[in-house]
Amino acid sequence: MSLSNLEKKINSELTTKIISSRINHNQLEIQINKDSLLDVVIFLKKNNSTKFRQLIDITAVDYIGSENRFKMIYLFLSHEYNLRINITFHINENEIVNSLTKIFPSANWMEREVFDMYGIKFNDHPDLRRILTDYGFSGHPLRKDFPITGHSEVRYSEEKKKVIYEPVKLEQNYRNFDYSSPWEGTEYIKELKKKND
Amino acid sequence: MTKEKKTLNLNFGPQHPAAHGVLRLILELDGEIVEKADPHIGLLHRGTEKLIENKTYSQAIPYFDRLDYVAPMNQEHAFALAIEKIMDVEVPIRGQYIRVIFCEIGRILSHILNITTQALDVGALTPSLWGFEEREKLMGFYERVSGSRLHANYFRPGGVHKDLPRGLENDILEFCKKFPKIIDDLETLLTDNRIFKQRNVDIGIVSKEDVLNYSFSGVMLRGSGIPWDLRKSQPYDCYEQIDFKIPIGKNGDCYDRYLCRIEEMRESVKIIEQCLKNLPKGPVKSMDNKLTPPPKKEIKQSMEALIHHFKLFTEGYRVKKDEIYTAVEAPKGEFGVYLISDGTNRPYKCKIRAPGFSHLQAMDYLIKGHMLADVPAVLGSLDIVFGEIDR
Repeated sequence: MSLSNLEKKINSELTTKIISSRINHNQLEIQINKDSLLDVVIFLKKNNSTKFRQLIDITAVDYIGSENRFKMIYLFLSHEYNLRINITFHINENEIVNSLTKIFPSANWMEREVFDMYGIKFNDHPDLRRILTDYGFSGHPLRKDFPITGHSEVRYSEEKKKVIYEPVKLEQNYRNFDYSSPWEGTEYIKELKKKND
Repeated sequence: MTKEKKTLNLNFGPQHPAAHGVLRLILELDGEIVEKADPHIGLLHRGTEKLIENKTYSQAIPYFDRLDYVAPMNQEHAFALAIEKIMDVEVPIRGQYIRVIFCEIGRILSHILNITTQALDVGALTPSLWGFEEREKLMGFYERVSGSRLHANYFRPGGVHKDLPRGLENDILEFCKKFPKIIDDLETLLTDNRIFKQRNVDIGIVSKEDVLNYSFSGVMLRGSGIPWDLRKSQPYDCYEQIDFKIPIGKNGDCYDRYLCRIEEMRESVKIIEQCLKNLPKGPVKSMDNKLTPPPKKEIKQSMEALIHHFKLFTEGYRVKKDEIYTAVEAPKGEFGVYLISDGTNRPYKCKIRAPGFSHLQAMDYLIKGHMLADVPAVLGSLDIVFGEIDR
């Protein structure tokens, strides 16, 4: 089955659950409603003409400043038809997403990672703990408003004879070089004239 | 009166020679039977994805070496392919061949390490001594081409950094002639070895269905009998033009995965030989100087080349607004990069999909009901490297 056929098929079967779909770089991207996630995923996994039986990854993107701050991305692979599909939807900071752990056991750690990195919570997740960051860590590192240097640092304290946590002290401020050229991006009078013509 | 069941909690790691890195595994034991395993990861977390968001595209490449540090170039490959697809850049055919040669060298590097340390975990010392000698030679090739034995930083979007130095082709070819004999030697030590078989056959079995449910890829998938390899099914670079086979397991246990890895090394040698035999002449990287720096010689003579050089090493190149997921068949499985570019010189987001992450997740499922002594055997056959799992 080709990608465009798959797009037609999914659009006709799931009609209202799909907001939009497009084919980009040989992969089908569909945007759905947050609430229809489980229905769509079960359909894609079980239907004989799709058979997306492997969850590749779950991730989120932080578009800070926009009304719906996070975009969730789910990647699936169908070995039978050799096709890939991405499911996306937007949520705001306080929304809770349904967990896929009942359908794909591998979603467990992937959702834990999204929770750890972005602070997005999942419904019905059996064990929503932090996964990659330290025990007792606070904040969500991949959010755009989390500083790259972090908030606390660890060292061994000779006086206390143990490893202690302290606020980050930098000898020199973190320097974020912006090399982008001041010349590019300005529209020259010639180009403006051409546009007006 | 019912007898109350008492379980013992055992802390395996974070520093344990059989944990293949910094893994803290909390095991719940009933006698010697494992009831539950809870892996605690993240002890090697370096925030690679956050760092990449704050660096230019070319500054991000070295971070990929440090993910799966036993096969660095395979990771760079995924990132380079992602950018090439967004920017619609054609890689010269010689560049593609060189990339495939070094990806396969990476595969051999990784498989030698895995097979020999797996053997070490179940009690065989000699294979690791023999295997590491060969790894040393392969890392020598890495050094000659990139200047560094491990963290190569050699692949670039648009090709590779430099052409092969003189004589390297012959040396790799010579290695390819001798190496199958070494694999045979390793096999005489392990394949029919009674102890090795007792420790691995029927241990850590995964069914065909669960392999998919747990998002396994690479050898973990093929060991259970699913014929799937991205080099065949979704070929990238010049893999389409190369003739090679995909070894498939049958039972999905640790022993089948070991056999798959052995056969994959033989296939890798064949791929390298074919590439070297057909290695075309020509440039090794895209001639588009908006993406790849011009040759040093030109910089001294051409003003334009100098400007290009300066711009590429300060601002870097810009990648147009797009989203893409690209995956390559890394030695450990499907290594993917989900890249979101926003038209600036830095990635907006770069999610790294590490194969080991999903493999280690299934530890609880794999080890339940096995004996404590099987933990290192299963862990060994999962092919765990913490660089990529913790990121």
